Amino acid sequence: MQHLIILPILLPLFTGLAMLIKRDATMQPRRTISLVSTALLVVIAIALVIKSSEGQISYYALGDWQPPFGIILVLDRLSALMVCLTSVLALGSLAYACAGDDKKGSNFHGLFQLQLMGINGAFLTGDMFNLFVFFEVLLIASYSLLMHGGGKDRTQAGFHYVALNLAGSAMFLIALGVLYGTTGTLNMADMGLRIAELDPERQGLLKAGAFLLLVVFGLKSAILPLYFWLPRAYASAPAPVAALFAIMTKVGIYAILRVYTLVFGDSAGDLANFAQPWLWWFALATIALGGIGVLSARDLRTQVAYLILISVGTLLAGVSMDRVASLSALLYYMLHTTLVSGGLFLLADAIADQRGKAGARIVPGRGVTQPALLGLAYFVGAVSVVGLPPLSGAIGKALLLNAAQPGEQPWLWSLLLLSSLAGLVAMGRSGSTVFWKAGKPDAEGPRLKPSMLAGLILLLGASPLLSLFAGPITEFTQASAAQLLDPGAYTQAILAPTAGGGS
Amino acid sequence: MEALFATVTGFLAASGLYLALRGRTFPVVVGLTLLSYAVNLFLFSTGGLTTDGAAVIQAGKTHYADPLPQALVLTAIVIGFAMTAFSVILAMRVRGDQGSDQVNDQRVEDAKEEKS
Repeated sequence: MQHLIILPILLPLFTGLAMLIKRDATMQPRRTISLVSTALLVVIAIALVIKSSEGQISYYALGDWQPPFGIILVLDRLSALMVCLTSVLALGSLAYACAGDDKKGSNFHGLFQLQLMGINGAFLTGDMFNLFVFFEVLLIASYSLLMHGGGKDRTQAGFHYVALNLAGSAMFLIALGVLYGTTGTLNMADMGLRIAELDPERQGLLKAGAFLLLVVFGLKSAILPLYFWLPRAYASAPAPVAALFAIMTKVGIYAILRVYTLVFGDSAGDLANFAQPWLWWFALATIALGGIGVLSARDLRTQVAYLILISVGTLLAGVSMDRVASLSALLYYMLHTTLVSGGLFLLADAIADQRGKAGARIVPGRGVTQPALLGLAYFVGAVSVVGLPPLSGAIGKALLLNAAQPGEQPWLWSLLLLSSLAGLVAMGRSGSTVFWKAGKPDAEGPRLKPSMLAGLILLLGASPLLSLFAGPITEFTQASAAQLLDPGAYTQAILAPTAGGGS
Repeated sequence: MEALFATVTGFLAASGLYLALRGRTFPVVVGLTLLSYAVNLFLFSTGGLTTDGAAVIQAGKTHYADPLPQALVLTAIVIGFAMTAFSVILAMRVRGDQGSDQVNDQRVEDAKEEKS
């Protein structure tokens, strides 16, 4: 199947377009189409993972214009893994949304699919400018999704989010302009080659562009000085959207990982690996701040948003250590944290729904209607996200701690473990307030609908599965990390004229 | 020509940045628009400034302009235009929902504090 690589972009695009037909029709057909299409996306993503696990990097040249001139989509282990993660997360949040959240505003399903298209495109593209275009596609869809359902709080958080991201896009374009102006190409593999043989006089300009690009990706992935939009936007977004947004910060981290290993990797001469030492300190500060934020949160959703911030810091610390062991650990941790924090957003919404007036605030109030079921889900989610054994969070964090070298250990170990402790205290406190200090539940209150439960189980249940199959998964992430740290093979596969895979 | 071009781009970017940091939604939207104009001009110049250059290969021509930045800037203009329209509507919605055009409306913040 030579066209397999482009399917994760085309399928959501056509599904999203199909949602525009008969917009005032009943919800049911659109739900079915959306669910079937997303389930199909999971199947395609698994096929991509299997294809990429052979170790070959293959590309798809659109319109058969060969690189470095044409636009290409590239499939390697990392991008296949990310597409797979996105599709599973999307299926879970979509199943939850089909229980009624999609009816609160118009066009939920269409926007959801277009957002998936943008995310998948960003993971698959091998071209800098197309990275920008797909970022815009996913952002534009996310602007409207964030405000789905309306309300004062959402419009204001939405305006902040839109204004910040517009400024971010402007900076992205400036950085692209500088990179194009100095290297004369937009193909990532080709750019990596050109940088190695760049005129030293132009290196300062290039470095400015590269730093600007780092700021843009930092804004998307919410590292320390650029995180301010995240807690508020995530806490006010509707639950299924917030769950899908759990992947959005990871798009930024993926972009950092891709660009600063491939373009500014080992072969980039004076600029080789210049970003990683900078990232290290920002990542540590992000972890510390996330820990404080988790303790100070007074609302379950804000708490999860700060837990995402901790995970962003943890992932970036892995990026900046820049070794096979650390990258492999971070990819495993990324799978875990994305799915579990997505599941926790859904769970917070389900709890808020059943508590009536108390909502998601961490105060004693009415008990939930189904304390056993939600309590169990909360327990699994909390154990997993905080990183207690035997669930996947512990494995991910242990792998990452293990990857640190003696010089890095005092910083990473102390901060990561302290932030886990903060998470543990905060999750324990809010759990006992919500479930144990609760008054009588309303027996007639809303209950979990089957599709909500399916979404919750899919996302939170991923954690035990991830730790059960930790062996094969870490083998795959290890191979991905090795592939990522070998930009020569990537360049060879894309640019050598004899390379196969082009179609 | 280069100096004039650079000055204009820089001035646009500076004005855009100043306006984007203002406290009301309308100047912010105008500022972001100016910023995107500056970015478009900047992108346009990344292939080098040429006059009378052909963008498509023609027989007997030796003087060419780089066509790629023109294609990039076209994409950027389309996206920027759509986003400006969106942010104007959004700013109006914020004004309607909150009864004020402050980007950080203190009243909303206070109401939220009381609630939690």
